[in-house]
Parts: sequence; structure tokens; C-alpha cells
Amino acid sequence: MVNNGVLQLVQYLLRRIVTIILALWLIVTLTFMIMHSVPGGPFASEKKLPDVIKRNLEDRYHLNDPLSKQYINYLNNLIHFDLGPSFRYEYRTVNDIIKTGFPVSAILGALAIAFALVVGLLAGIISALRQNRWQDYLAMVLATLSFSVPIFILSGLLMYFFAYKLQILPSAMWGTWQQAILPTLALAALPTAFIARLMRSSMLEVLQQDYIKTARAKGLSERVIVLRHGVRNAVLPVVTYLGFLVTDVLMGSFVVESIFAIPGLGMWYVNSILNRDYTVILGVTIFFSAFLMLMNFFVDLTYVVIDPRIKLVDRKDV
Amino acid sequence: MKRILLALMVLAAFVLAGCGDDKTKDTAGKANGPQLIRYNVGTEPKTLDPAKSTGSPEATIELQMLDGLTRYDANQEIKRAVAESWDISKDSLTYTFKLRDAKWSNGDLVTAHDFVYSWLRAMAKETASEYAYQFFYIKGAEDYNSGKGKKEDVAIKALDDKTLQVVLNAPAPQFLGLTAFQTYFPVNQKVVEGNPNWFTDPKTYVCNGPFKMVSWEHNQKIVMEKNPDYWDAKSVKLEKLEIYLIENLDTSFNMFKNGQLDQMNEIAAQELTALKDSKELKIMPDASVYFYRFNVTRKPFNDVKVRKALALAIDRKALVESVTKGGQKQAYAFVPFGFKDADGKDFRRNGDNYFKEDLEEAKRLLAGAGFPDGKGFPRATIMFNTQGNHQKVAEAIQQMWKKNLGIEVTIQNVEWQVYEDRETKLDYDIERAGWSPDYLDPMTFIDMFVTNGGNNKTGWSNREYDRLVSEGKSTGDQKVRMESMHRAEKILMDEMPVTPLFFYTHPIMIKENLKNVIVPPFATDADFKWAYVE
Repeated sequence: MVNNGVLQLVQYLLRRIVTIILALWLIVTLTFMIMHSVPGGPFASEKKLPDVIKRNLEDRYHLNDPLSKQYINYLNNLIHFDLGPSFRYEYRTVNDIIKTGFPVSAILGALAIAFALVVGLLAGIISALRQNRWQDYLAMVLATLSFSVPIFILSGLLMYFFAYKLQILPSAMWGTWQQAILPTLALAALPTAFIARLMRSSMLEVLQQDYIKTARAKGLSERVIVLRHGVRNAVLPVVTYLGFLVTDVLMGSFVVESIFAIPGLGMWYVNSILNRDYTVILGVTIFFSAFLMLMNFFVDLTYVVIDPRIKLVDRKDV
Repeated sequence: MKRILLALMVLAAFVLAGCGDDKTKDTAGKANGPQLIRYNVGTEPKTLDPAKSTGSPEATIELQMLDGLTRYDANQEIKRAVAESWDISKDSLTYTFKLRDAKWSNGDLVTAHDFVYSWLRAMAKETASEYAYQFFYIKGAEDYNSGKGKKEDVAIKALDDKTLQVVLNAPAPQFLGLTAFQTYFPVNQKVVEGNPNWFTDPKTYVCNGPFKMVSWEHNQKIVMEKNPDYWDAKSVKLEKLEIYLIENLDTSFNMFKNGQLDQMNEIAAQELTALKDSKELKIMPDASVYFYRFNVTRKPFNDVKVRKALALAIDRKALVESVTKGGQKQAYAFVPFGFKDADGKDFRRNGDNYFKEDLEEAKRLLAGAGFPDGKGFPRATIMFNTQGNHQKVAEAIQQMWKKNLGIEVTIQNVEWQVYEDRETKLDYDIERAGWSPDYLDPMTFIDMFVTNGGNNKTGWSNREYDRLVSEGKSTGDQKVRMESMHRAEKILMDEMPVTPLFFYTHPIMIKENLKNVIVPPFATDADFKWAYVE
């Protein structure tokens, strides 16, 4: 039975990994095709280049090869985890861009997630426990506000008040912990609000369940009821959302990174496309997709830990 | 729970208040040492290898660290730099440069061989430099670049360590100025051959200019300090120069107001009105033109009467005063101000305006073309790239044509590369365009519109115009050259395949205590060689 279970698990894991690889291949292929069908190229310039010069450039980057050959070369390099050089910043490889950009985005993202989780969960739980009282109203008004203010406006406001008016925080750039505060708040606002609302409604629902009544009847302390039985069950939707949130936030935000001049990964999603920097477009797309799929995979695994009723492998198969 | 929340809030308040103290000291500016300028160039450089860089941000950064044979001064005069003197042969083809005693920051001497090596490297096919064509004036350069000719046949020679000789294909008075240009900057052979990515690392970025690189944080800043080995180090007063690489204009502006920056290269157009009375806003000259192209291969723009009618019905004064608001000058000719004529005066002032706005004339022309009061005029589109003020300018012109001529046009914004693609394929009716000079001579504007020229992009062709351009390019006689360019420009404005709208300006923000910063009208955005903080 145990062996059988382990085998099932291994099979499940293999299946997931194969799916991920297939999906990645599909993404690479589609991106490759779409990218090359858009007008322009990495060496477009307002001033027309002499034909000789253009040919030299295209020779150097093998852009004269047939697309099929370029595609196969790319896949071959990809298997060796080589994402190629950037066309625009030729001294930088895409691997290097991800290696330097991702940690910055990830640190900022992790700070934002930590903030969103702590504040969002607390606000949600308190609102649910103090339903229709002032704590609830306050938290939900704040949540609705930060939910509806666009991130670039919020970033601008934060910068205006804390950096320009009060002069207590630097307005932009990256390197010191002071510089991390404003972008963290900007980035965390929406997820915090979302988590607070999610947690509140989920918690309200759970608190009306029979087993909570049972727990109360058994005379368990309010603390144990709320934490052990309430929160643990109510937090599942938040965990689902977390998989998405982690990818979304850790991978960097174009808006926040642009406004606060942070050298993360976020800017590359947009700039690489504007520059037709083919290898960077592909590289960051692949990295983002792989990360997103892995995150979803981990979330699925986490369910099992949090909720014993959920099994990775369907019982009936065993 | 409440208590935890309260505790968190108190903690947050402490954190916010706590960092306040040290930050204000940090941003005070003067605390960082007296001779420091913090300048935002506005973007991460694509490269800092002078042979391969093309943009003005790259050129600006390199100009602080490298010195060519010549260098422009505050009046845009070509001054001696590494070259101590030069001699130009009677036929204007052979240039002989005498080099001064100058050193690299690693102690090596800057020799004529360095220039030969650097220039040949920049034009080599393998280097695949976009700006290799800046060398095509030199005999044998184009053939070598295309792979048809040999390296040895390029007419650049080091006669000895201190003497460099160059032979041109045809007279090119702009050549001397080009030697102050990034593509013509020298690099140190030993260093470059030792490490192909030498320019990415401050340790291997060997300089011969006023400053040397200390650090380079991508998308953040490049820090430089005074180069004590520079031949003219006594003229350099600045101890430290920080060049910021921040793209977002609002962020940059906030940092300037906040005291984190002393100078910024560009200012968002919407801020200009509020800054009208600010002493920190400076409107610098920019030798570039903003114009509209007509696609003369399409009806009705194949008719010169239609093109002229449209051009005469634009209120350029209103455009610069209420739309662009950056002190731009109305343009009634194509070549901007700032180019010297044969008599030493300004080319534009000598040439003056070629047309003026005239509603009656415009209506008469339009009727003559078969569209009285705009009746029957096909619906045309103004295409522009999605950037800056282009939309506002297009909307204003759309209104003017509707009100003045009864013509309805639509406006369409497209992403920059799509716009490039479509203009090259002549897939437009009317399009917005701009042009900034490659070198300080009117020819960089005039030779755009020769038949099938790569930058013509209108389909327009005129044999007399072509003849005048080739006449101007084949002689070293300034008088003849300038005269043929004036005549060519007149033809261009008579035929109107393009209609100029205004001459650009370069609004910058600069702290009042910064002195002697040069902001050139083209090619580079700033030169800090002589700059200091008061």
C-alpha cells in the first residue's frame, strides 16, 4: 500500500513536470512566432542605416538565417540554459539580466507579500470577529480605497508626501532600506486589500460552521477556536490567491519599478518588446512562465499540508 | 489582536520617523563634498564602447571619459584636444594631425597608432558598428566595412607616434568636427584586445578624458571622479561626477526637487507651464527640426498645391505658444538655426524664411487643386509615434485644417517601430517626423531628400535638387557649397514634400549654483569638463 502510494506520487510529479515542459515549449514557440511577425527589429533606427551596415549587424546576430534555423538554435541553447545575449545591451546576456534583476524584484516582492499577509490577514480576521462594528468598517473602507486607487497614482502620492512634502524618505532608486519602504507600500496596497476582504468573507463563513459550534460547546478557549479551527480553515482561499500573488509580485512590476527607478526585472517585460530585443523578450517570458507554473505546482502541494482532506492522488485510482 | 495591530502601527511610525534624520542630511547635497554634480542622463546606456554607441546618452557619458582629436567648446567652436595642431591640404582631402603629449589613465601614452587602431576597429565588418558609416568619408573605409576592401587600403596612417594622416574621398568640411564625435574617440589597444567587455568594468575602462569611471550600477548610476592623468587636468574643477540612468521623467523631476539631483537632461512637457518663472529651468538651443512629411505617391498629396495649402493653413505661432510651450521657434524653412554659413554668419538667418502663413492663399490653392472649401477632399490620416507631445500637435493641426480649410483628417498614433516600418514603406498619408543633425553642417538636413535617399521617405524626387546636393558634396569651396544648399532648400520649400513646423529646444533643469556646464545643441547632452559648483 505504502509503495503503491509512493509510486502514485512519483507518477503524479512526473506528469506535472512533463506538462510544465510541454507548456513551456508551446510558450517559446508562440512567443517566437508572434515576436518575429511584429514590424521592426532590434536595429531599427530613426536614421536609415546604409545596407552594408545593416547586413553586418544581421550577420553578427544571425538574423539573416532562416527563421527555422534561428528557432532551432534558440531551442538548443535553451536546453543548455543559455538564453543568449541581449541585442540592445550586447555586453549583457539574458541570463545576467535575470540574475541581477530578479533578486531585486524578489526582495521587493517578498517585502510586499510579507506586508500584505500580515496586515491583510490581521485586518480580515479582525473585521470578521468585529463584524459590523467600527473596526470592520474602518478596515473595509481602507481596503476598498487601496483596491480602487491605481498603483501609479498611489506611487505618485506616496512619493509626493513622504519624499517631497515631509522629506523623510528618498524619492527613488535602490540600495538602502529606506529606499525600499515606499515601493513596498505601493506594491503591497492591492494584495493587502484583497487578502483582507478574502479573509473576512472566508472567516465569516467558517465561523458559522457546525464544527465551530461544537468547539465552542466543548468549551475550547476563544483563542484556540479562532486560530486552530477558524483561521486554519478560512485561510485556504488566501493560499490559492498566494500562488498567483507570489508570481505576480516577485517577478517585478513595470509600473512600480519605473516610478521608483528600481533595477528589477519588471522594466524588461515592457522595454524588451519596445526595443524588439528578441532574446530578452523570450528569456523573460520563459522565466516568468516557468516560475508561474512552478508556483502553482507548489500551491497544489501546500494544500495537502494545510487541509488533510485534499489528496494529490485521487483515492479511487489507488 | 488590537494590541498587536497597535504595536505594529507604532513600530511603523518609529521606522518612518527614524529614517528621517539621516536621510535629510544625505539629500542636502553639499554634505557630499563641494565639487560634485549629480546629473540624470535619462537612460541606461546601450554600450559604452565608443565604436559602437549611437545615442546621445551614450555619447554624453563617453565624452566625460574620453577625449578625441578635437573637442567642442561652449560656443560650439572646434578646439584642439589630443591633436595639438592640424594641417589640411589645398584640395581639402588630406588631414595631418599632430598629437600632444597625452596619457591614458593606465599611464600609457596616447599615440597616433591608438587612433589608427580605434578607427579601423570601429569600421571593421566584424565589429558590426551601426555608426561605421561615420567613417565613410575616408578613402577605403566603406569598402573595408562591406568586406570588399582590405584593412591596409583604408587611408589612415600613423606617420610616427605623434602624427596621424587621413585621406578623404571627397572634400568634407564636417570631417574636422567629426573627430570630436564618439565614433572617432580613441581606445587603448592593449586593454581592448585583452578583454572584449573592457568597457563594462570600471577597472578596465581606461580613459584619456577629464574623468574616469569609479562604478557602474545598471539602471541606477555611473560614478566618475576627476582623471589626474588627463592632459588638461588643470581645467577640470569637478572632483566627482555622478551620472544617473533614470528613465521616468516624473521620478527624475521629483528627485531634482528633492535635492537628489543637480541637473536633468529632459523635462516632461506638462511641467513646463508651472516652471515658467523658475530660475532652474533653462531653455537650451537644439539644432533639430519638427516637421510633417507628405506622401507624394498618394493622391491628393501628389499635387504641390494641396501640400502648400495645408502648410500655409497651420498657425505655427499658436502651436509653439499654446501646445508645445517649450520656447520652440516657428519654422518657415527646413534647416534649423545654429549652422555657420560661408560668411561666418548663421545659415538660417542668411537664408531667412521661405514661406509664410496665408489663409487666403491656402484656400485659393486648395480650390485650384479641385477642392473648393475642402469639398471632395478625401479623408486623410496624420500618423505619429506614441510619444511626448505628438498627439497634442496633431490634434491642434487637425483643428486648424478643419477650421481654416474645411478639411477633415483623422489622427492615428502607432508604436515607434511600427511607425518606422510604415514610413519606410510609404504606408501613410501625412506623418510627423523630426530630424537632428549628425554633424554641424546644413548638409545633414539637405541631403535627406535626394531621390531615393534612405531618409527621404516621401517619394519625392527633383533632379535639380539632386544636382545641387552632389555639387555641394563635391567641392571644398565653402561659398559654392553653401550657395548650392541655400538653393536646394528653396526648391524643397517650393515643392513642399515636407512642411516644417518648429525648431526644437532643449529644456533642462539645472541648479543655479552649477557653472560652465556646456549643453550642446546636438550629438551630446552635456559636457562637464569645465563645470564647477559655486
